[in-house]
This record gives sequence, structure tokens and C-alpha cells, in this order.
Amino acid sequence: MSLFGDLTASLMDFIRRLGAMGLFLGRILAAIPVSLRRFRLHVRQLWFIGAMSLTIIMVSGLFVGLVLGLQYYTALSQFGASGALGTLTALSLYRELSPVVAALLFSGRAGTAITAEIGLMRSTQQIEAMEMMAVDPIRYVVAPRFLAATLAMPLLCVVFSALAIMGAHWSAVLWLGLDNGIYWSSMVGSVDFASDLLAGVFKALVFGVLIALIAVFQGFTAQPTGEGVAYATTRTVIHSAIAVLAFDFILTAFLM
Amino acid sequence: MAANRSFEIGTGLFIVLGFAALVFLATQTTNLAGYRVGESYALKARFTNIGQLKERAPVKLAGVTIGSVRSITLDGAVLDAVVTLDVDRRFAELPDDSSLSIYTSGLLGDQYVAIKPGGSPEFLGDGDEFMLTESSVQLEELIGKYLVGGEGGNRDQGTSGNE
Repeated sequence: MSLFGDLTASLMDFIRRLGAMGLFLGRILAAIPVSLRRFRLHVRQLWFIGAMSLTIIMVSGLFVGLVLGLQYYTALSQFGASGALGTLTALSLYRELSPVVAALLFSGRAGTAITAEIGLMRSTQQIEAMEMMAVDPIRYVVAPRFLAATLAMPLLCVVFSALAIMGAHWSAVLWLGLDNGIYWSSMVGSVDFASDLLAGVFKALVFGVLIALIAVFQGFTAQPTGEGVAYATTRTVIHSAIAVLAFDFILTAFLM
Repeated sequence: MAANRSFEIGTGLFIVLGFAALVFLATQTTNLAGYRVGESYALKARFTNIGQLKERAPVKLAGVTIGSVRSITLDGAVLDAVVTLDVDRRFAELPDDSSLSIYTSGLLGDQYVAIKPGGSPEFLGDGDEFMLTESSVQLEELIGKYLVGGEGGNRDQGTSGNE
């Protein structure tokens, strides 16, 4: 009986947090137009959240591409179908790997930083200080980070894809000797700009919203202690990963 | 102030890099790459069966891609598939007795159109039609022939051998 009670309690807690997050999203969206007047804040956040994530995204993209080239070449050449390597690489990257892997990396690199920063502001009572001065922290702390993370994600996803395509070119064409023309022309023949490439970028945009919302929400509602910030940062990574993978399934099922 | 300026430049570069990557992928790896206007001429061919040939499939001569399939339509009167090819202007000297075949790259790969050059001194011009075409080989038909044994191609050989 108590197990059932625990389950109900944790389910209710989950629904309560989900509702709180939804209301928080509403507050952020309402604050964005006013916060855009302080455009510098947004540019600075896009720099910290987006441009500073480029290194890990580019290096990871390159290695993912290198591995894809090797693996697909080994698997496909068994069937004499190594000509399909370009198609397979591009489709798996655009539709699935780039948005998901870039989102997981992004939540680890930028989501945690957002949570820790806002959580620290909360624990050092900077947020309360802003509220005391009638400065809306949502407007000047939360909204710029949310918007920057949302916009950075699709851009990082495309950069990831580009580096991975070059990585696969490197391992499959330059190293294993697949024909250069076949590699590119097999992509051109079967990859659609809108339903493959743009659909993947749209996925990345959705993941960006999810990660941004989870990160700012966890930071904003963190317990104002060192331990509380640590827990909030951990939860950001876990919740983002689950949300990204779950929404990936939903988006793939309904959109692609 | 100078620090602010460098943030802005860096952020701008980040956005430009993102869009440059999108343009690179779109023009090099998707169907948008196929739209190269001009610099090509059209050739037509009729096939009784095109198999899984798709628009924008490559046209190859001696294995080198020299063009792409522009359109595939059905001639309602003759019930033939009419395939229009875009061939690069650089390869304007195709003999007019060249033949066309539809092949598959690898076992599972995409289908493409292969040109086998003939020996005629006359060349094909814009809008001309290939006289000799060989349809796509249907795997199911081949299997069917093997299963039923004596029918199809095998029977001809068998009877000519007996007589």
C-alpha cells in the first residue's frame, strides 16, 4: 500500500514540476520581447553558450564522421554496396545522429553551465537582490540564456553534420579508397534538402528549447546551497538526456 | 568596451559559420546540388522498363558521371517510359549510335544510366533520342526464369541445341 502511495506521490510531484516548468516557459516567453531591448546581453550569452561550445561539437563531429566512415565501409563492402556509404552516412547524420549527439553534448557543455551560473546567483542571493531592486531576473538573467541556447542548438547541429561529413570523407575516401565521386553523388541522389536536412535542424531546434528550459528552470529553482546547485546541475544533464531522447522518438514518429 | 566588441565579432562569426555549414551541406550533399542550370543539353531515350531509376540519378560514360536524369514520363500512346537526360556540354560529342543501359551501382545501390559509345561519326545534338536502349534488369524476372527453368532465355538455347 505504501509503495502505491509512494508511486502516486512521485507521479504527482512529477506532474507538479512539469506544470511549474510550463508556467516558467510562459514567463520566459513573455519576458523575451522586453529583454531583447538589452541586445548586448543576448549577444554575450550566444557567445558563451553557442560559440564556446563549437570546439567540443566540431571535434566530436569529426570523430563521429570518421567512425561512421569506417563502420559503414566494413559493413557495406560485405554486400558490395559500399557505393551507398555516402547516402547512409548523410541520412543517419542529418536525421538522427547530429541533432541527438549534438544535443547531448550541448546539455553537458552549456546546459550545466547555465544551471550552475543561475544556481550560484540564487545561492549567493543575487536573484533576490535583483527582485528587491525591482529588476526582473527572468528578463535579464533567464530570458537571454534561454534564447541563446535555443538558437545555438540548430547552428551547432549543422556544424556537427558538416564536420562529420568531412570526417566520413576522410576515413572512407582518403583512407579506405572509396571513390570520391560516388561518395558525394550518392548523397546528392537520395538526400532531400527539406525532409532530411531541414527536418534534422528542426529537431535540433526543439532539443534546444528543451535543454534551455530544463537548464534555466533547474538553476532558477535550485536549493540555495552548494549541494543544491550540485544536484540541480546533475538533474539538468539527466533530464535533458531523457527529454531529448524521448522527444527524438516522438518527432521521428510524427514528422519523418 | 573592446571586450564587448570582440564578443560581438565572435558571435557574428559563430552565426556565419552555422549558416555556411548549412549552405555547404545543402549544395554538396542534398538534392539542391542537382540544380545546375545551363551548361548542359538534353537527350531522350525510351525504355520498356526503367526499374527503380529516379530523377536526378547519375548518367555515366565509362563510369564517369557526365550528367543526370532530368525527368521520367510515360508515353501514353506507345506505353514506353521516356527518360530525359541532362548531359554536360563538355561531353557534346556522343556518337549517335551510342546505346543506353540502366544499371545498379553495387548490389543494393542506386540505379544509374550508363552510355556505351558507338562508332558513328555523327554526334547526338540537343533533344535527340537514343536509338538503342537496354531496360533495367529486374531481379524478380531473372529469379523467375531460373525457377521455371526451361522458359524464357533458356528455352531458345535448348531448342537451337536440339535441332
